[in-house]
Amino acid sequence: MADYKEWLASLDRKAYHEGEFRWEEDGYTVTRTNHWSPPGCHNSCGLLLYVKDGKLEKVEGDPLSPFVNGKLCVRCLDLPEAVNNPDRLKYPMKRAGERGENKWERISWDEAFDICEREVRKVWDEYGGNAILLIHGTGRNTGPMTYFGNCALKTPNISTFGFTGFACYLPRLFGAFAPIGDYLIADASEGHEDRYANPEFEAPGVIVVWGNEPLKSNADGYIGHWLAQCVQMGSKIISVDPRLTWWGARAEYFLQIRPGTDAALACAWLNVIVNEDLYDHDFVDCWCAGFDELAASVQEFTPAWAAEVTGIPEEDIVGSARLYATTKPAAIQWGLAMDQQLSAMSLNLACCDLMAITGNIDVPGGNILIRNAYNATNLPLTEPVIPEEWRKKKLTMKYAFGDDCEEFTTHASSDALLRAMEVGEPFPIRMLWIETSNAIANPGMDAARVYEAMRKVPFVVNADPFITPISVACADLLLPVSMSAERNSCRTWWTPVRSINKACQYYECKSDEEIMIEMGHRLNPDYWPWKDDVEMMDWYLTDCRLPDPDVMKGFETTNLSLKAAGENTTTFTMGLQELAEHGGYAYDEWNGVYRKYEKGMCRPDGSVGFATESGRIELVPFVYPIWGLNPTPYHIEPPQSPLSTPELMEEYPLVLTSGARSWEFFHSENRQMPTMRELHPEPQVTINPKTAEKYGIEDGQYVWIENDHGRFRQRAFVSPIVNENTVHAEHGWWFPEAEGAEPHLFDTFVANPNNCTKAFETGPSGVGSSIKCMICKIYPYKEGDVLPEEQIIVRKDFVEYTPGEGYADFEAYKKNGYRYL
Amino acid sequence: MKGILINTEYCTGCHSCEVACKKELGLPEGEFGIKLTETGPWKYEAGRAVGEWEWTWTPVITKACDMCEGRVAKGKMPMCVQHCQAWCMYHGEVEDLARKMDGKTRWVLLTR
Repeated sequence: MADYKEWLASLDRKAYHEGEFRWEEDGYTVTRTNHWSPPGCHNSCGLLLYVKDGKLEKVEGDPLSPFVNGKLCVRCLDLPEAVNNPDRLKYPMKRAGERGENKWERISWDEAFDICEREVRKVWDEYGGNAILLIHGTGRNTGPMTYFGNCALKTPNISTFGFTGFACYLPRLFGAFAPIGDYLIADASEGHEDRYANPEFEAPGVIVVWGNEPLKSNADGYIGHWLAQCVQMGSKIISVDPRLTWWGARAEYFLQIRPGTDAALACAWLNVIVNEDLYDHDFVDCWCAGFDELAASVQEFTPAWAAEVTGIPEEDIVGSARLYATTKPAAIQWGLAMDQQLSAMSLNLACCDLMAITGNIDVPGGNILIRNAYNATNLPLTEPVIPEEWRKKKLTMKYAFGDDCEEFTTHASSDALLRAMEVGEPFPIRMLWIETSNAIANPGMDAARVYEAMRKVPFVVNADPFITPISVACADLLLPVSMSAERNSCRTWWTPVRSINKACQYYECKSDEEIMIEMGHRLNPDYWPWKDDVEMMDWYLTDCRLPDPDVMKGFETTNLSLKAAGENTTTFTMGLQELAEHGGYAYDEWNGVYRKYEKGMCRPDGSVGFATESGRIELVPFVYPIWGLNPTPYHIEPPQSPLSTPELMEEYPLVLTSGARSWEFFHSENRQMPTMRELHPEPQVTINPKTAEKYGIEDGQYVWIENDHGRFRQRAFVSPIVNENTVHAEHGWWFPEAEGAEPHLFDTFVANPNNCTKAFETGPSGVGSSIKCMICKIYPYKEGDVLPEEQIIVRKDFVEYTPGEGYADFEAYKKNGYRYL
Repeated sequence: MKGILINTEYCTGCHSCEVACKKELGLPEGEFGIKLTETGPWKYEAGRAVGEWEWTWTPVITKACDMCEGRVAKGKMPMCVQHCQAWCMYHGEVEDLARKMDGKTRWVLLTR
């Protein structure tokens, strides 16, 4: 597709029923909608759902929706195998045997809601709402979810639990809010309804694909293939990745970085761009503050130093920095790996500084400022609704790491929550409400500890489409959750605003929204005035005001998103059904305008500049020291690495990185779908051919991957896409076809890289983690080797730890440069 | 004659064509109407591309493919072309498609 206009002109819009929301076609009822969880991802693509006799039979992408123009990934194309899957939960069920036995008894929804209400009220009376933890999976419709936690369960403790160091997205969000006051994404025309044909848009001259494989991950509301279009339109590529990908194979520079050292590269790029005078003087003079301080701070980070640290040749560091700085426009597509290293907050700041001093902020083909379309809010705004005594018991980072950790994220800290569960300090967690999170198969770092801790909680509700390892391990009550095709909801994360409309029903399943509304009616009816999901979505899209708006007054916080939410009002006027009949999507003006800071569009008072305290881009952010962070970029070595622990490298000679996405799966989802497993049957650890030969490993063989904390087993995939020093393992695996009852739990512990990750191991201020940059050894699996599930579930001797604590005193850990000695 | 044109330079190997087609034709496990072949990855140590990586995919149609005649008659795209995420597939009259081949990047034109 080099010519989008030509493609649009060739499209037979009538054949795709333009202007219709629902129609009859060849015996099917077809619904035009958007998809968003479950099964999930971070996006919401336009779909045509073909339903016959109440059953979803066929799915097509909607070419008329500009978000992806009908180009679906394999998971949505295979949606009927998820929706009609025989393993799905059909009815509410309560536990019939002991936890772990996987025995259940069908109950009615009335009984299920009665049990939930009784248990919530019991916790309120005895411990306070703060003793309830709401856990949700990633990328869910988190606005209503947070509303549910705050305004129904009355708890400030909400988390994608088990996830040490907030190591997903929050470091990037807050690493951008601090210097720039808004978030930014690479411009591939996504702000415009007319997309690549927009007269102002131009494709980036160079795209830096850094710390993610966007074609497979499509993370954070961003579609990787948008950038592949830009490559067809002429964009050059710089790929920063430990693995060769589609990008690296087509790149001007493939920078095969040692995992966990990206901040060193970013610092060296700043050094080159400052010292070779390649920065945009006009932009820096007019719109930035702190340049001199930044420039002085990066002098020590020479390309020669960075070459030693990163393993990238010095001439490639210099050459790629020059290419990025001198190509106009240039965009950085940053990803999850930015957050999964100890330097996360430094690295994200350094990237923002790079975008700023090269003049690539909010220009066509650069990194554009982005908000939820029409300010239809997706931000948590309701914490002040919780009774003050309970609200103050939000388990922030200081409960895990000490008083100098200021709260600046929205969620509670996983480590503080783990501590509360393990030792009851500062109070015990009495109830878990797990809304579609498979905690021990996927997000739970230090999986063995997370498993033990969650089993200690006296009452656990698990709402999910499937029985998962966490359901069997600790749930007392199972609520069957509707999939996206069965749900009335909406999508307001970035742009456009999109409708999600129910096309079918599976047995007695209820959607997240329907479950929340029923519980809201019972627990706090003033805040749940809607009779159903459609009414709630109408409010969410067009209103978002609380019954008592004064509740926000005088609420002071250093949490920027809470602050911003107080000032945000939606300007959207269509309710859910109107939006659906309007084509299912609506683009706003704000996200389609470039150089918004010149036009008074960023600051609440309408003055020019950015939404920072000073109105300028703060290259050295004023707020970083308040958050306990050094305001100029720096690099911290991974806790265990060839440079930080050379003494361990004899036993663990390889660098272990993990979690790269595959086409077929979103985290722990989609493992039940036969076509996805046909394409990708088992978890694979990628090993360079020379490394495989050295350790006597053949392609396809089972191998152990082991560090000083634990081990897990995957199939060897021998390939030159990783270098000889590095192996890559997949994450999120469990095997729905395996035995669910303990000691198996669908074999989730057998292949889990989180057997090797450590709780309480974070970067400064408790943010960032090192799960993508560990060290390991690998060796063939032998028949009869004891499996981790045996050690974790039966023997309980898999890891040694002191409950409630990390593996060393956090103060000492910090003093030692974020290493346990 | 109708054909499917693919600019293999940009194919990302995402499998959307395979699965879109398989679902349309109702093909069981192990059978495909269009199937990717993978070339690479290797790094050239000699020849005109020395120092560069080779890693490309090429979709190939099978006996099961009917070029989505029914869909095309209704004005719709073949399933593989409609869902190609890399946007490197085109459907049309082979004479028109052949004119798109630019002599700079690698293309294949499939007919049956």
